[in-house]
Amino acid sequence: MELSFKIEGGNFSGAGSASSEVKRTLKQLDVDASQIKRIVIALYEAEINVVAHAFGGKIEVKISADKVFARIQDQGPGIADISKAMQEGYSTASSKVREMGFGAGMGLPNIKSNVDVFDIQSVVNEGTVLEMTFYLS
Amino acid sequence: MLLKDIIEKLELKVLNLANQDIDVKDAYASDLLSDVMGKAKTGQIWVTLQTHKNVSAICSLKDLAAVIIIGNGKPDDDMLEHAKLEDVCVLSTAESCFDICGKLYGLIKSEV
Ligand SMILES: Nc1ncnc2c1ncn2[C@@H]1O[C@H](COP(=O)(O)OP(=O)(O)O)[C@@H](O)[C@H]1O
Ligand SMILES: [Mg+2]
Repeated sequence: MELSFKIEGGNFSGAGSASSEVKRTLKQLDVDASQIKRIVIALYEAEINVVAHAFGGKIEVKISADKVFARIQDQGPGIADISKAMQEGYSTASSKVREMGFGAGMGLPNIKSNVDVFDIQSVVNEGTVLEMTFYLS
Repeated sequence: MLLKDIIEKLELKVLNLANQDIDVKDAYASDLLSDVMGKAKTGQIWVTLQTHKNVSAICSLKDLAAVIIIGNGKPDDDMLEHAKLEDVCVLSTAESCFDICGKLYGLIKSEV
């Protein structure tokens, strides 16, 4: 099964709706609750990163019997130094975003610790592609 | 302790009622959303000063029993709307984070 969603940069009130839709679908497909939990954590953080740091993007999710694959692609500033961005606590979030409780620099580390395969590619001034795979067995 | 008994004992203001028969055994206090997203557990009560729609989104994504907004904070309209739609229990209190967490701890951890 394939799902796809558009994400609008800066639209915090719409954030989380793709993750919530994916959660609903996984539940309907009777995927194990502990699997759903980690998928939802990673997907939500990826969704928020597009809203907080990019201009817009899309999420594609492929669900099969043995795995869930998600690809999050955005148009935005990109990430110049990915290893720095992966560090816990590193964030370039604006003070407005921080006031909302985002921008703790825990998103990418949260994603990494909840996925089985993690791949991030980024081009400065173009955008970022994040791919994550979750094995269901 | 059942959520409805916690609401009564702590005199919490009910902004959207849901999950009242859940047996609550634990809570998580944080204002950092990624912290809650990463570490809060299903069925916990979340104590925070945040009042925007992502709070109810996280409650629903993480299957939290309820959120308690401290210091008389008022949830944004779109947060309450979302909470009603998704059956998220939204509570508030005039007390500080420290005080309400202390009371909550006394109630639910003294049961174990
Ligand atoms: N999609 C993205 N586009 C541009 N920059 C990003 C993106 N995702 C993450 N970043 C950069 O990596 C940093 C760390 O991300 P993250 O760990 O999620 O923390 P936070 O979002 O709280 O800042 C961000 O502050 C930002 O500089
Ligand atoms: Mg982030």
